[in-house]
This record gives sequence, structure tokens and C-alpha cells, in this order.
Amino acid sequence: MKVLGALGRVARRAINFLRRDKKAAVGAVIIFALALVAAFPSWFMPHDPTAEIYTPGAGLSLNHLLGTTSFGQDVFSQVIAGTRESFLIAMIVGALTTVISVVIGLSAAYSGGLVDDGLSLLTDVVLVIPTFPLIIVITAYVKNASFWMLIFVLVFTGWSYGARQLRVQALSLRNRDYLLAARARGESGFYVVFVELLPPMTSLIVANFLSSALYAVLAASGLQFVGLGNINDQSWGTMLYWAQNNEALATGLPLWALAPGVAIAILGSGLALLNYAFDEIANPALRPVRARRKVVAA
Amino acid sequence: MSLLDVNDLCVDYATPNGPAHAVSHVNLSLEAGEFLAIVGESGCGKTTLLFAIAQLLTYPAAFTGGSVVFNGLDLTSLSPEELRQRRWRDISVVMQSAMNALNPTLSIGEQLADACRAHTDWDGERIAARSAEVLQMVSIDPVHLASYAYQLSGGMRQRAMIAMALLLEPQLVMMDEPTSALDVVAQRSLMRQVEDLRQRLGFSVIFVTHDMSVVSHFSDRLAVMYAGEVVELGSTRQVFDQSRHPYTQGLMEAFPSLLGAPRALTGIAGNPPSLVEPPPGCLFAPRCKYVFETCRVLAPELVDREGHATRCHLVNPVVVA
Amino acid sequence: MSEVLGVEELSRHFRVGGFRSRGTLHAVDDVTFTIAAGEIVALVGESGSGKSTIARVLAGLYPPTSGRITFEGQVLGTRFTRETRGRMPMVFQDPFGSINPVLRVGHGLLRALKLHRPDISRDQRVDEAVTLLEKVGLSPGGDVMTRYPHELSGGQRQRLGFAQALASRPSLILADEPVSMLDVSIRIGLLNVMKELRDSEGVSLLYITHDLASARYVADRMIVLYAGRVAEEGLTEEVIATPQHPYTQLLMSSAPDPRLPLSEDVEHSDLGEPPKVIDPHAGCRFAPRCPLVRDECRHVDPPRVDVSATHHAVCFAVAESWASR
Repeated sequence: MKVLGALGRVARRAINFLRRDKKAAVGAVIIFALALVAAFPSWFMPHDPTAEIYTPGAGLSLNHLLGTTSFGQDVFSQVIAGTRESFLIAMIVGALTTVISVVIGLSAAYSGGLVDDGLSLLTDVVLVIPTFPLIIVITAYVKNASFWMLIFVLVFTGWSYGARQLRVQALSLRNRDYLLAARARGESGFYVVFVELLPPMTSLIVANFLSSALYAVLAASGLQFVGLGNINDQSWGTMLYWAQNNEALATGLPLWALAPGVAIAILGSGLALLNYAFDEIANPALRPVRARRKVVAA
Repeated sequence: MSLLDVNDLCVDYATPNGPAHAVSHVNLSLEAGEFLAIVGESGCGKTTLLFAIAQLLTYPAAFTGGSVVFNGLDLTSLSPEELRQRRWRDISVVMQSAMNALNPTLSIGEQLADACRAHTDWDGERIAARSAEVLQMVSIDPVHLASYAYQLSGGMRQRAMIAMALLLEPQLVMMDEPTSALDVVAQRSLMRQVEDLRQRLGFSVIFVTHDMSVVSHFSDRLAVMYAGEVVELGSTRQVFDQSRHPYTQGLMEAFPSLLGAPRALTGIAGNPPSLVEPPPGCLFAPRCKYVFETCRVLAPELVDREGHATRCHLVNPVVVA
Repeated sequence: MSEVLGVEELSRHFRVGGFRSRGTLHAVDDVTFTIAAGEIVALVGESGSGKSTIARVLAGLYPPTSGRITFEGQVLGTRFTRETRGRMPMVFQDPFGSINPVLRVGHGLLRALKLHRPDISRDQRVDEAVTLLEKVGLSPGGDVMTRYPHELSGGQRQRLGFAQALASRPSLILADEPVSMLDVSIRIGLLNVMKELRDSEGVSLLYITHDLASARYVADRMIVLYAGRVAEEGLTEEVIATPQHPYTQLLMSSAPDPRLPLSEDVEHSDLGEPPKVIDPHAGCRFAPRCPLVRDECRHVDPPRVDVSATHHAVCFAVAESWASR
């Protein structure tokens, strides 16, 4: 119940904030629009994206807003259809890596000692593993990596950076008096970590989520481009794969390659713009107006 | 001619609820070699006033009126470049918390050198010589030129800040609560050091603090600020021994003493007013023991009687026609 | 009067330094004192004296290196029970740092009540929280509960700290420099709250501070600490009227009192830096700064001298002057 109340408050503050900060508002609009397209692609698609019945290699026209591919498919519909997969990958990978980073980072910082040493070692080892080669090896082994396989691979290689960041911030907060006060009051460790330590870190956690999501989009698209994803899926990365394979740029069909690229960039920008905004929403006491001084007001 | 004349100075802070009048119509003057203490609770505007005089205000604070005249020159009319040339030579500032003001990644010597290079064209040798000299002036062994801030104790760090302020022999050194982070023995020692240097080098001091007892033995004159206004101004002894404004009297009553019989003290009830929507009339009226009708309606003026000025209707009755 | 807290030969050491310069920091060494019911005892010392360490050991935040702590007749082990924490809560120094900025004011208070007063129901807890807030001068309590910490002033936050401490019906409150970060004019209000708690609730307080004058104002007894050891202890008025230990005398003469002319007997060369005590040898730790130092002070630990039934100092010079009476 309290959680819902808190979420409600955060939502209201978020909306008020977005009204004031233009960058954040633009970012939010972009993400919201993409979410809508991902949820209801059929509302936006003029044609069936897989149908190869149109004039191949046609240029811009009212019927085909972005032209057609060399197979005779409508590019615009493909971009719309691809939104769902790319958007979902971003959100799911973002969420999963963030959850893992939070649990590992905060536990390490709060427990200290051997637990911290162990978890930090684990984090550092995973961090140091070269990501792209690992991803390539895994997906090549699996062949035609499906949606969930991609997600697994990206989460597996992506959580460690966030865990390190969160651990460091948690360490800096760890000796704040209010945590000591909670311990002195007799609260359990679990309570101190999740009710007292986590909320002031919300802005960093959200920032983490957004940057993981961004990383996921780019990495997933990269993998699909190289052909390691399932080439029959509808996504921006696979569009790039097909476009590249059919030498779209060379044969005078640049939109086929550019459109998914621009779409990826738009999603990325939306995430980045929102990222700018999150500090002030999470912490009610953060206002940029007065510098904190040691001697406090009456 | 006074060294410094502050005329009708006003500073507002931009807040989501409208401008907060942090400093209202403050008039002060300072002679060469004089030590002026500005005392008040946090939020009374004393630090803002200090920053305004030093031309260090940044958004959301802004000048909304008045002038600051130093040696006959209006500082508010100078360009940033002209100000930069004068900074540190004429006026230097010692900040409140040395741990925050000193760069933790540079040694003391490097920071002193940095300050020299920013404001002079001295060569390396002269910089090194002067740096060692100022450290010795504040009783720090010059070997500490190579030390970092975290290696020095609190008292030493604060003295290093003072040394930095004295590099170019300014005529005025402004200090913002330099002793508040120090223990009582270090505090006493620092104040003596400042006094000693002042006698030797002859600079003026503006010292901002919330604790008047710290300056009581060192300042020539004392200004008491409340809610952005100066409410009492006079020689230190006048203000201490014959406090006239009820707020000053309240402050004097709020100090537990080591002398005399133990007695109960009450402090001053209530909180300072909102600077965005100040109450009509006297700003202290809501908390004043002696408040009467006129106080709530008419804002009192700062009236000077033989060098001791007070802003209070009780002290300076207004004849209402 | 019954004894609430007994501290015997308490020591707390820390390991410091990296690989090459390992050493042991003796933050607190063999400190002994007691606190009776309904009494305010001040622990006075500069930074580095060990006073905050003592507070944290008593609050159960670190275990002692050696020594015994007896609370309400029971010897405390290294892990404190929730009940002990409730009966001996701590109020922290920093009004900004000691309250979680993202949670409402009422949160900590209600949690403290929930943890330590299982006998009362949820609604009663809210009423009790409001009563506690009003007891420390934060009214209207119901309104204050719903605010966020940044909406309260520093003085109000410290009052909240006392309210939280009171929630668990303590017998002793550990107050670690509760007024040091407040404006001088606000301190009196908090000091009066402390006296009020002693008088009307019968709570004892351990008031930790570096300010002698405020210690004099609230405390019944005073303990002066230097570099981890007790230098002097006694009834407040006795210590203030006749300070025996040269360090106490230094503190008294350094405290600025506008009613006094500036005292000239404080050596200008005393630049006021208490030592960090790492791997110490025997001898008085104040020796390097002491105007009355003699040879034995540097090599032999000074003796305890009982100046009266309620006042003692730990110093060779004091021993000498009392021996000749």
C-alpha cells in the first residue's frame, strides 16, 4: 500500500517536473510515442511488412512513405513493425540488468568484508570479459539467437558496470548518519538497505536503467546487423542486415538502410534525454538554488 | 574617505515562489585597518552580503540595487576582467570550510602558486619565496608547501586559507565563519593570529559569524543582521554592553557563560520570517517581547545616535502625526 | 541514586595505515565513569579526544576492544539487543545527515515506536508520535509528521532526533554533539529540551560536546577527556570553579566570553592540536602542550588524584600540589 502511495507521488512529481524541463519532456514524448508504436503496431502500419508484393526498389511516394526494399516490401511498415522488438529488448534488458546491479552492488557495499570482496571480484571478472567477442561466441554457438537468447546474453554481459557504479555510491552513503541512526534504532540489515539506503539512490538507479537500455538497443542491433540474431525477426537490426546484404546503399535504396538507423538513433536520444532529468524527481530535497552550508538555519 | 562604502545594497534570490529579499538596503562603511564583524543567525543574509561585496554572487542571487564603493571605485560598475585584476590584490576572501575550499588533489604550495599566477606575473622563484613567507606568517612550517589538505589538521588548514588570502597584501580581507569548524582552543589561536597579522600588516577585516563571542575581543565595530537588514551597528563594546535592539539583547541572552552563578536562559522564541513574503512593519515584530502597534505597521529606519545605530521603534520613537 | 550506566576500563583501538605503516590508533584508553538515573553527564573534549568513539561504542555501533559496559545492571555483550538499543538511543550531531531526506518526518518516529513499543496498536502509535513531537516543542505534531526533513530548520531536526530517541522510553539518551552544528542562538532551545527531559521524564543524558559553557549549562557532572583518556571528572560547578588539570584550565581560558577581558595567559605558541595517539608509550598525553610539565610526565602514566569526594584529576602536577597540603 505504502509502495503504491510512494509510486503515485513519484509519478505526480515526475509529471510536474517534465512540464518544466524541456529536454526531459522531449525525451518522455519520444519514449511514450515509441511505446505506443511498439504496443499497437497495426495502428501505424499501412501495409503488411513481410508482404513482398509491391514494386521493388520504388522511391518515396504517398503509398510507400519510405520507399520499398529490393524484395518489394514497404520500408515504413517494416520500421513500425520492428519497433516492438527493439523497444522490448531495451526495456527488458534495462530492467533486468538494473535489478541485478542493485542487488549485487548494494549488498556488496552494505555487507562489507568478505561478502563485498567476493561480489566485487565477481563483478570485476565479468566486467573485464570482452563483451562483444563473448556475445559473438555465444550467439554463434546457439545459431539464430532468438529474442530471449539475445536478452540473456546482453544481461549477462551488461550488469557488471552498473553494479560497480551503484556499489560506489552506496559506499559513499553508507556512513551517513541516518543509516547509523537506523541501525542504532535496531532495524535489520535488510530494512536498512531497502528502505533507507535505496531511495536516495533512485536517481542513479534510474540513470543506470536508461543507459543499460541504450546499450541494449545498440548491442542488439549490432548483433542482428551482423546476422547473429534471428534473421527472420522483425526488428531494426535485422532490417539493417537485409539492407546490407542487398547492398541497399549501393543500389540506390538508401532509405532501407537509413530508416532503421534513424529509428535506433531516435530511441537512443529519447533514453538519453530522459537520463538528464532524473535527479530532481527522486530526491525531494534536491533543489539547485542554495548552496549547503555547515551552520544551519534556525 | 572610507576604504569601503556599501550603499543601500539589495540582493534578491530567485525562488520558485518569487524573489527572496536576502539583503535589504544595507549601508555600511569601513575605514582602513578597521575590523568589522557582521553577526546574525543563518539565513539572515550575512554571507550573501559578504559575497555581494566581493562581487562573487551567482545565479540565483542577483543585485537589485545599491553600490559597493572600494577606494572610491564602484565595484558593481566594473567589467569581469577589471574585477579579476583587482581580486586578491585589493580584496581577498577566506571561505567557511577550508576542507571544502582547498583542492584535495593539489598540494598547498601548488594552490598558492596557482593563486599567484592568476593575479600576478611573478616568476617561479618569487612565487616560491612569497608562498613560504605567507605560511610562516601564519605559523605553518614552509615544509608543508608539499603537503596536501588532508594531511593538515583543521586549524592548520584554516590558517593555510588565511595565508592564501594574504598573498598579495590586500587592503581588505573578508572572512566567512572561518572558525566554525574548529574547536575552542584552535579557534582562540586562529583569532589571535588574525589579530596579530592585522596589527602588523594593517589590513581591514570584515568577519561574518553567527557566534558573536568569537569576535568580541577583536572587532572594532559590530553589525547585527536580521532577515536581510542591519538592525544594530556600533562599536563592539557599545553593542555588547549597551545592546539596544531587542534581537541583539535576545542574542546576548542566548550565550551560556562559564562565569557567575548558573541561570536559566531562554533564547529567542520563533523563527526568522519568510524573505519572500516578509511581514508588514518591523521584520522582528513577530518574535519581539516589546512589540506594540506601530511595529506591525511601519518598518523602522536605522537611526544613528552617536555612532550607535538601531532599527527599532522602541529606541527611536516615531511621532505619528 | 541508582546507577544506569557503568563504564569500566573501556578501550577502543583501531588499526590504521596501509601495508607499510600499520599501527594501532588508541582512540579510547581505560575510560571509567558512571551515570546515575535522572542525571546529565557531559563528556567534554576536542576532536580526537575519543568522545564520539565512546558514544558509538555505547550505541552498539562498534564493539569495545576491552573493558566492560554495564547498563541497567546487566553487562552488555558485543551485540546489542533491540531492547538495549531502545533503552539507550543516540541523537546525532548533523541535522542534515541524521535524517533520511527522502522519507517523511513521521517515518523514523513511527518505526522507532513500532520496533520498541509492541504493546501499542497502530493508531495509538500515531497519537504517541504526535505527543512525542509536542514534548520536544515541535507543534502542531500532526502537521510536522507529514513534512519532509528539508522543510524543517536545523534546530527543528535536532528536536526530532530527541523525539525519536524518546519513542523507545529510554533510561539514557546518548547525545553526540547535538547542538554543535546549530546557530548559537538556537542552541539554548535544545539545551532546555534536554534539561526538561531530565526533569519531567527522568531520563539521563550523556551530553558529548567540545563546548564547556554549554556543558556547564546542562550537566550535573562533567568528564574532561584528552587524547582518549579521562583528565578530570567532577560535579560541574566544582570543575568550573576550581579546574585542576592544566588541560581543563586551557579549555576554560580559551572559551570566549565577551564579558571577560581577553586572557593573556594562554601561550600564543599553543596552536591547539590534540595528538593522534598511535602506538603510544607510557606517559601523560598532554605533556607536549602542558605548561606544568615535568620529567616524569613524559615517561610514567599520571596518577589519579581525588581532590574531593566528587572531583578528581589525573595529573602529576595536581598530585604534587595536593600532597603538600
